[in-house]
Amino acid sequence: MEDISREQSETAPLLAMRDIVKQFPGVRALDGVDLDVRAGEVHCLLGQNGAGKSTLIKVLAGAHQPDSGEVLMNGEPVKLATPTAAMKLGVATIYQELDLVDGLSVAENVFLGHEHATMGFTRRGATNAATRKILERLGHGEIRPTTEVGRLSPAGKQVVSMARALSHDARIIVMDEPSAALAHDEVNNLFRIIREVTAQGVAVIYISHRLEEIREIGDRVTVLKDGRTVAVGLPAKTTPTNQVVSLMTGRNVEYVFPPRHEGGFGDELLKLDNVSVAGMVRDVSFSVRAGEIVGLAGLVGSGRSEIIEAVYGARRCTGKITLNAQLIRANTTRSVRLGMGLAPEERKAQGLLLGQSIARNITLASLERYSTLGWINRKKEAAEAAHLVKALDIRPPDPNRVIKTLSGGNQQKAVIGRWLVGDGRKLLLLDEPTRGVDVGARAEIYALVRKLADEGVGVLLVSSEVPEVLGLSDRVLVIREGRIVREAGAGELDEHTVLDLVMDAHPVSAPSHD
Amino acid sequence: MTEVNPQQVSAPKADETAPAKAHAATAQPSGGGGLRLGRIGEIPHIGLVVALVILAVVGIVTVPDAFATSSNMVSILALAATIGVITVGATFVIIGGGIDLSVGAVMALASVWATTLATQAYGPWVMMICAVLVGTGAGLLNGFLISYGRMVPFIATLAMLVAARGLAQRMSDRKTQLVGPDNQLIVDISTTRVFGLPLLVYIFAVVVIIGWLILNRTTFGRRTYAVGGNPEAARLAGINVRRHTMLLYALSGFCCGIAAIIIMARTTTGSSTHGDLYELDAIAAVIIGGTLLTGGRGTIVGAILGLLIFTVITNLFILNGLNTSDQLIAKGLIIVAAVLLQRRSLNAST
Repeated sequence: MEDISREQSETAPLLAMRDIVKQFPGVRALDGVDLDVRAGEVHCLLGQNGAGKSTLIKVLAGAHQPDSGEVLMNGEPVKLATPTAAMKLGVATIYQELDLVDGLSVAENVFLGHEHATMGFTRRGATNAATRKILERLGHGEIRPTTEVGRLSPAGKQVVSMARALSHDARIIVMDEPSAALAHDEVNNLFRIIREVTAQGVAVIYISHRLEEIREIGDRVTVLKDGRTVAVGLPAKTTPTNQVVSLMTGRNVEYVFPPRHEGGFGDELLKLDNVSVAGMVRDVSFSVRAGEIVGLAGLVGSGRSEIIEAVYGARRCTGKITLNAQLIRANTTRSVRLGMGLAPEERKAQGLLLGQSIARNITLASLERYSTLGWINRKKEAAEAAHLVKALDIRPPDPNRVIKTLSGGNQQKAVIGRWLVGDGRKLLLLDEPTRGVDVGARAEIYALVRKLADEGVGVLLVSSEVPEVLGLSDRVLVIREGRIVREAGAGELDEHTVLDLVMDAHPVSAPSHD
Repeated sequence: MTEVNPQQVSAPKADETAPAKAHAATAQPSGGGGLRLGRIGEIPHIGLVVALVILAVVGIVTVPDAFATSSNMVSILALAATIGVITVGATFVIIGGGIDLSVGAVMALASVWATTLATQAYGPWVMMICAVLVGTGAGLLNGFLISYGRMVPFIATLAMLVAARGLAQRMSDRKTQLVGPDNQLIVDISTTRVFGLPLLVYIFAVVVIIGWLILNRTTFGRRTYAVGGNPEAARLAGINVRRHTMLLYALSGFCCGIAAIIIMARTTTGSSTHGDLYELDAIAAVIIGGTLLTGGRGTIVGAILGLLIFTVITNLFILNGLNTSDQLIAKGLIIVAAVLLQRRSLNAST
């Protein structure tokens, strides 16, 4: 009996993706990915940041079109041309940021876009009844269909997202880090729901960084690395952690890191004393010396970006942060004046004036240098911008070019260049400096950062890519759940150890989430 | 009409020397600076200038003896001056990502406050200073509520619109207040002519020029584009976004104060009914001029051209003895057409 069913599922898996390739300007995000998902299983997708997981999900959701490769459902080739088409084929995607409308009721959210309606009038009774039925099926009859979604807890919202997926008669539900926003006991509840739906034959593609969870809920694991599938269908329960981690690490792409600084560093520049950010960071203390590159390694949501933002005065915190013994307050203008500069995580949303020229993006933070009583000396400004464009080798080398048209790497150089006007910068904060940057430009950015450090600038670096943190930093702080769990010289750690530390699901005497 | 090479069009700084720069940047061998047909589309505000020329031709054809006279031109400029000054302030606010609905009401309040008997007793200079202070004060209050009270600009300035008009009505007891015989200096602004143009036209010109200089040549202007284009990036670049936003509304209020002086000069009165629906004309002019309502992009020259188009239309309808209702319909159509055309050129440039 069991043999027969296995044979069936092996002849025609519910979903098969074959040799999927997706190219973005400068980056080959997917470079021949295979995925097989059977009905009724929880299939886990593992891989480091940048391995291609998000792109793969978006292909599956119909949001990206692959350049080549094929997708089969029950052995039949299908085309996931649009999100609607994907949904019609039974693929429902639950993104990390749940896309629910807070102001609508549970039932209205569940049936958003495919309402029960007669001539445009919604049939509230029917909608509520149908919603109740789905919620009961999920074991959550206690959530009332008429409740406003905004008043539900994160766990409750997750249930509603799941109900929405089921309302579409989804056969495959993709969940992107569903546990990230949940407290520990709520995760168990999530698992119960997942078991509920898989028992009914629905397949779940589960993405998480927490190996612990994958052991508990997963059936099989597919591992991605650098846009390729490196392991298909490993048994989730029995594959040793060791093996999984080594599959994820050891890249093909060799990064070129500049040699480290020989000898000691300068004076203590930045100092954090028991810094906490409500719900995100707990009692963090460390320091950065002049000329030193300190790397923060941690997962998204571990609190690493919050630490950087607190240092920059862009986020309120408790505790004490000083730069050259000057107290940092929640005021970015002051931080810039004291000699800090930030290259933010979301380059486009937080860093750039997309519609403006390279020159204007570079000079934005240092207009005072070229102006007298507010009047800009445009010659001086243009000369400085042209100088930096040349020094940073920004391509194309035209300062008047609109920055939107540049590649990610060149945009990033401009963002960093913003802080290189004059010699006043003492501390650079780099949040994911090479996200969306191609390999060639990466090496240039690494060399630039090292050169600045050699000139005496302190650097605080955040990256999801462990090799980058290890390769570029002098000292590494491993962050998990808002705390520093390990501090060591970069030479004393290897990728394997750091990944183990950041992914370890054992709570470190859990920080309070209030 | 044109083949637009995306590399040549750097839209946001349209009123600078964009054509010349674009020209220099092209890879094509380009000899002289002569304008070929293919380049006309790159001249900033060419659409608006063409529209203005067409309207002038219509005027010359339909009312030959009335339109193209110097007295008519002066009256068009005088009419444009009041809203024009307000439009300069509105351009700043809108590029900065906000909106100011209270301009007409604030102008009315400033005109009333400046023409109360108590103020008039101090003479014309104090009246003018009073008008400017009232306008700036109202603008500061708008800005404070928006920046530090975190109110939505639409709502804060809507409240100001209603309240300022109410206050103006109370102060004037709903009566029109005449500028007194001792304070004719104010009326002189409208009647004294220098080189054939009344003084108020010069005030208008000075406000436009100073506004243009601030927007294009100072750190304040540069930061206005940054704050409107990407407030988060501006904040993280160390710009004090809140203070800047507040100052933008104060600047708008300041312009309303100047506009109040002009309207007092033109009508010899201060009244709570002055400036009704000016906010709509000002916003429409800014939008027609190519400024994005979402902020970060726009020009003063465009806004003034937009305003002149509106004023000339009004003038043409009056000279031809046409219905004012039709005039409103024409204005509505122009707004729609202008925005549709801009969207097309915007798409072509990206």
